[in-house]
Amino acid sequence: MTDEAPLLEASGVEKRFGAVVALEAAALTIRRGEIVALMGANGAGKSTFVKILTGALRADGGHVRIRGADRVVGSPAEARKSGLVPVYQEPSLIPDLDVTDNLRLGGTDAAKFTRWMSELGFTEMDLAAQVATLPLATLRIIDLARALASEPDVLLLDEMTAALPTDLVEAVLRVVQQQAEAGRSVIYISHRFAEIAQVCQRAVVLRDGATVGEVPIEAGAEERIVEMMLGEAIKPGETAAQRATPAPKGAPRVAVKGLGATGKLTDVSFALHPGEVLGVVALEGQGQDELFEVLAGARKPDRGVIEVEGTARRFNHPADAIRAGLSFVPGNRADALAMQQSVRDNLALPFSARARAWGPINMRREGEAVARTIERLQIDTRAQGEVGRLSGGNQQKVTIGRWLAHGCDTLLLFDPTRGIDVRTKRQIYPLVRELAEGGASVLFYSSELEEIQLACDRCIVIFNGRVVDSMPAAEADEPRLMRAAYGLTGSAA
Amino acid sequence: MKALRKHGWITGLAVILALLFVATKLIQPTFGASGVESLARAALPFAFATVAQAVVVIAGGIDLSIASMMAVCSVTAAVLMEGNGGAASLGIVFLVLAMGAAMGALNGLLIVVTRVPDIVVTLAMLFVWEGVALLILNAPGGDAAEWMRGLIIGGLPIPGLGGVPRALVVLLIVVALVWVPIRRARVGLSIYAVGSDALAAFRSGVNVGRTRIVAYGLAGLFAAFGGLSLTLSTGIGEPIPGPYLLASVAAVVLGGVVLGGGKGGLLGPLIAVFILRLVRMDLTLLSVDPNVSAIIEGTIMVVVVMIGGLLAAKGKL
Amino acid sequence: MLRFKALLRDHPIIPLLVLLALLVGTLEIMRPGIVGERWIANTVKFAIPLAMLAACQTLTMLTGGIDLSAAIVATISSFVMATLVPFYGAAGAIVLSLIPAVLIGLLNGIGVGLFRVHPLIITLGTGLIGTGCLQVYQSTVIATGSEVPEALAWLGTGRTWGIPNALVLFLPFAALILFAQRRTGFGRLLYAMGDNEGAARLAGVRGWQVYLALYALSGLIAGVAGLLYVGLIKAPSLSLAVPLMLPSVAAAVIGGTSIFGGRGGYAGTIVGALILTVLGTMLTLLHMPEGARRILFGGIILGVAAIHLRLTDAR
Repeated sequence: MTDEAPLLEASGVEKRFGAVVALEAAALTIRRGEIVALMGANGAGKSTFVKILTGALRADGGHVRIRGADRVVGSPAEARKSGLVPVYQEPSLIPDLDVTDNLRLGGTDAAKFTRWMSELGFTEMDLAAQVATLPLATLRIIDLARALASEPDVLLLDEMTAALPTDLVEAVLRVVQQQAEAGRSVIYISHRFAEIAQVCQRAVVLRDGATVGEVPIEAGAEERIVEMMLGEAIKPGETAAQRATPAPKGAPRVAVKGLGATGKLTDVSFALHPGEVLGVVALEGQGQDELFEVLAGARKPDRGVIEVEGTARRFNHPADAIRAGLSFVPGNRADALAMQQSVRDNLALPFSARARAWGPINMRREGEAVARTIERLQIDTRAQGEVGRLSGGNQQKVTIGRWLAHGCDTLLLFDPTRGIDVRTKRQIYPLVRELAEGGASVLFYSSELEEIQLACDRCIVIFNGRVVDSMPAAEADEPRLMRAAYGLTGSAA
Repeated sequence: MKALRKHGWITGLAVILALLFVATKLIQPTFGASGVESLARAALPFAFATVAQAVVVIAGGIDLSIASMMAVCSVTAAVLMEGNGGAASLGIVFLVLAMGAAMGALNGLLIVVTRVPDIVVTLAMLFVWEGVALLILNAPGGDAAEWMRGLIIGGLPIPGLGGVPRALVVLLIVVALVWVPIRRARVGLSIYAVGSDALAAFRSGVNVGRTRIVAYGLAGLFAAFGGLSLTLSTGIGEPIPGPYLLASVAAVVLGGVVLGGGKGGLLGPLIAVFILRLVRMDLTLLSVDPNVSAIIEGTIMVVVVMIGGLLAAKGKL
Repeated sequence: MLRFKALLRDHPIIPLLVLLALLVGTLEIMRPGIVGERWIANTVKFAIPLAMLAACQTLTMLTGGIDLSAAIVATISSFVMATLVPFYGAAGAIVLSLIPAVLIGLLNGIGVGLFRVHPLIITLGTGLIGTGCLQVYQSTVIATGSEVPEALAWLGTGRTWGIPNALVLFLPFAALILFAQRRTGFGRLLYAMGDNEGAARLAGVRGWQVYLALYALSGLIAGVAGLLYVGLIKAPSLSLAVPLMLPSVAAAVIGGTSIFGGRGGYAGTIVGALILTVLGTMLTLLHMPEGARRILFGGIILGVAAIHLRLTDAR
């Protein structure tokens, strides 16, 4: 049996979401008994790829071959029949049903499930417990045990260990290895090199939706993978090292003390001064989403204080935050824009928000303010009748431009360059600098580490809901940020 | 914990119902078996409408066309039974039930195929089914088989319980025969799963579209029972839909089925129906102007729906 | 094909006007000579109250809502007004009759904005309560009799130089709505809320304020429409405007206002109301039964909603 066809073979897989290209040439091959790591930076397309392989999403192009035969996997149920079983990043259990019913739903054998649960360290699992009442880590393990119970030929684990305590991580790795020993295969997605080194034979690296290479796991593989993940880092524009960064002076504009919300954000404190751009670095899901939502008034904190210009403020609604001068540009543009309305209506939306501005619009004055903003940001106005038809970069300019037109003291930018073209990116960094020089404060979360040096004066690193490190941007090189973001330095150690 | 809370809600409803019975007895000391019988008979169409609505709401949808489907079934039965009072009427009943299930399934199919939201599709179908009912019978009329009417009118002497209303017996038997097997089977589980989290259900291998169609089909079937019970209790078919839509939504919400799906069962809504009907009866016994009691009833329903909305909003946070 | 789709999407009024012309043409062929000055004036006269009630649907639908209590509110206003005329005179009765209209609208706004109940359910409920209240009210005023003021009759049925007087009310009304929907902050918020309520919230919009004002306004418009309609029908009753319920929704949907919110406008609705009125004449000429009409209405709503989804979904 030497020329056995690979269990799973994917090539040239493409997927678009509207104007955003999530995958353009994703490829992967896995043979019997292999454990392959799928790696890539945030937003490289790993989760999308897994969803396509397991039928949760449909590809726009490319080939998937299972045991040598071309296949279109139409649904998760079909994938399971072909022996492909995933554990997605988000638990796919029904919250209102108990564990037994969840097992029945997927046709899982309860006895096998229980056996795997005890294998993973849950010897006394209450099958009558309602899923909504169980902690996240338990849900992940249930998801895994359910997948294992169906005896998959290929098990796909997407960030399986992200929310698990150390002892459970060990149990998961042990089970993964057992799978390989039993002649089954595993596709393993994780940000953690230590885990990958422990169980995987090789790593497939994705960057910007395309497979850029394959690295056998051996000594020194780590650096090569990081290099591939980051790519040829083009360094456009001025970096923090070249920029004279004056030390922040005077009282902070926004001071955050001991902020916590929903368990994900545990304890974050920092100060943001006028004229300063403060970078925020974190891996996905470390509490940065919650931090920005709390500051924007879109979510209520459980504890902690937000001081603006020295006064403690409570935001019950985004309108409160806006009045206090804090304006939020969310990471997903679809959350900020009325897609079917015009550029003008979107730019001018904050003008009309308060009830006293409900009357007739001063079309001339507003028109001038809008025209100024469009010119300043060089927004492409060819499709201005409907924001939804603009490119991602131009949409992002509208979400930022709205607050320039309206005026704000503090801008909360959440990953403003996510999924937009390089040209627009290079317009955004100088814009952020320009705002700061004009006296505004900017809080800038970015999933692309190089942006910290390009746009920020200082940065903080958040891990597990806490600030674990902070440094001037000039010292924030990628290896240091990477280590801190994985919780390997500072107070987390 | 959650189970306790669920049963707590139903227990609470049962206590309210018991208190209302006591109150009724105080208002009208002669209230007895015949009173309970007329209550059960009046509640029967409401109960079927509520059960129909509950199934759809559990599956994460809403069906605004339930009252219209009931009207279609009611007039169809009345028209066909005119002059066919004997054994043929049994065949007519099965025909009408099949028709109800088909109408409901068509609602579901349109929702799945067009991808237009439930609320819009069933609003459009509300008009369509209303029109169909008017085409079948443009003024109240028709007939109902006498022996079948006997099935839901009067009491059934059961030793130790006295006369149990036949309408109540029919209701419980029908709901148990249709719902219990489904609830136990995988399809029932799928209905709850789709209502609770459609994406997770899809990823667990559930055919979401088919489950929705089944849920709407079941609603159509129960609506058909409702329409039949209307015809049987009044003896004629009525093409203009009664006030069953809002009543069904109110009873579903009061019964502990959360708008949005995945939670609750059929027992709570059934108790809620009797609570709402008994309130109405008490208002009549207190010789409140029927129009005023319509207002009170409407207000109770709106308040219940508002509280439901508030609870649903809380649940999302 | 794509350009054609885009054209329809950007200017939904063009195909509507074509449809209207086609219908009128067909009518003229079916019954030669029917289309004349008198017929046009009559059609406009009957289309106006419908178009006003459809304004309630259009405005609420822009936010993704609906106002199913509008027709009942119109009925209540007209009935209350007619019974109050003997006591307070025409002017006083008209003002007083609009109070319950606004109250029901406010109740809808509270339900939608503060309790987050689906507009369809809450407006259905307040409609039922309103109906009950109207019946109680009727039993208390049964002896006093009712009267439709001269002014309303003049407005509703009269013609000056062949032009319906109702236009005196309707033209400023339509101009106001058309101005408000695109040139006021409130109008902009209606579109924004219907398009993306979350985005509006992040931009600082307090949704409940918008809903409260919107549904109160809808109640007021419905009340005024009822007064105009009773001037046209001249016989106040407990179900006066109720038959306009379904057509008012259909007029807005046909006019290109999306039932999901964020798209459409009043211009299309006016044409939609005209189309429905002409269609009504046609169905009457064809002796189409009431049941078939309702089926047609339901089919049109579903069909247009589905087509609309296809048009906007295309990336």
